[in-house]
Amino acid sequence: MADIAFLLLIFFLVATSIETDVGLDRKLPPNDTTPPIKIPEHNIFRVSLNKNDELFVEDGIMQLKDLQAAAISFLDNGAIISGEEGYCDYCQGDRSTESSENPNEAIISFNSDREASYGMYVSVQNELNAAYNALRNREANRLFNQNFVDMEKAYYAPETTTEDKISLKRNIEHIRQMYPMKLIEVEINKKG
Amino acid sequence: MRNTRESRKEIPAISTASLPDIVFMILFFFMTVTTIKTNPLLVDNDLPKADQVKKLENKDRVIEIFVGKPSAEQARIFGNEPKIQLDNKLASVNDVGSYVLAELAKKPDAIRNFVTVSLKVDKNVNVGVVSDIKQELRKINALKVNYTTYQGNSLEN
Repeated sequence: MADIAFLLLIFFLVATSIETDVGLDRKLPPNDTTPPIKIPEHNIFRVSLNKNDELFVEDGIMQLKDLQAAAISFLDNGAIISGEEGYCDYCQGDRSTESSENPNEAIISFNSDREASYGMYVSVQNELNAAYNALRNREANRLFNQNFVDMEKAYYAPETTTEDKISLKRNIEHIRQMYPMKLIEVEINKKG
Repeated sequence: MRNTRESRKEIPAISTASLPDIVFMILFFFMTVTTIKTNPLLVDNDLPKADQVKKLENKDRVIEIFVGKPSAEQARIFGNEPKIQLDNKLASVNDVGSYVLAELAKKPDAIRNFVTVSLKVDKNVNVGVVSDIKQELRKINALKVNYTTYQGNSLEN
């Protein structure tokens, strides 16, 4: 009896693997081409990648390790002053008029040359994700005493009860609305 | 008195009556937790590293697309340009749309909106190929996409 069990066990050990795929989730924009709304330039954070994997941010060349901090200070800026509509009371940034008015208006535009390497492309996406997660973690810790990333993990875990999931979902949506991920990708088209 | 003498004389052998049970338990664990390995990789697939990643949920909600330079044996036939692998064959960008639609049709209705397309792209492939694939996915309205990576420090890519 044990022999049969051992045989099957060895088969499964050899022929299978525990899948642990991880990655960065993205939602592609739908294909309908509505004409773009005009957005003031200070609300856009331009990141681009040229064919030599060099990173250009807003005005100049930047090293990959500085991207996260730059994105955070852009998103967290909150230039609209207190009293006016759209004032962001949770922003801790510089409130400079040259940068974004409000995290809801802040758009990060990432365009990448077709010849850039995919590895560098993913690194930039990762750093931008890191910026959003850092801000969301900070707010989640302040409001709910929990890391935002941990809240999402708990929401997807099968062990959490349904009522926990409902309240988690509400809190997660709240945090997501505070710092929505408005990341648009434009391709540098060589074909014209 | 009798008890202590018995225990000093001989130690009873360990009973192996429960061995099949243990083995069956381990077997059932592996049967439920693992998946049979999918199709062999025909392309080089050294994924980039990232740390802000989410886990891909169960495999039945994932459609995989592999992109990379063909592996050594395949390179003789297909050359050295990055190629797309769908299922177990190499294909071109134009086949992506119909392949994903076919895979979506195989899934039960209820989860069709939750299916994500996992892009497993070698880190040395140029972004252009990936952009073309994303364009095809947008055409067929498969908008949930995941850039699949290894867990690690992204500054090393």
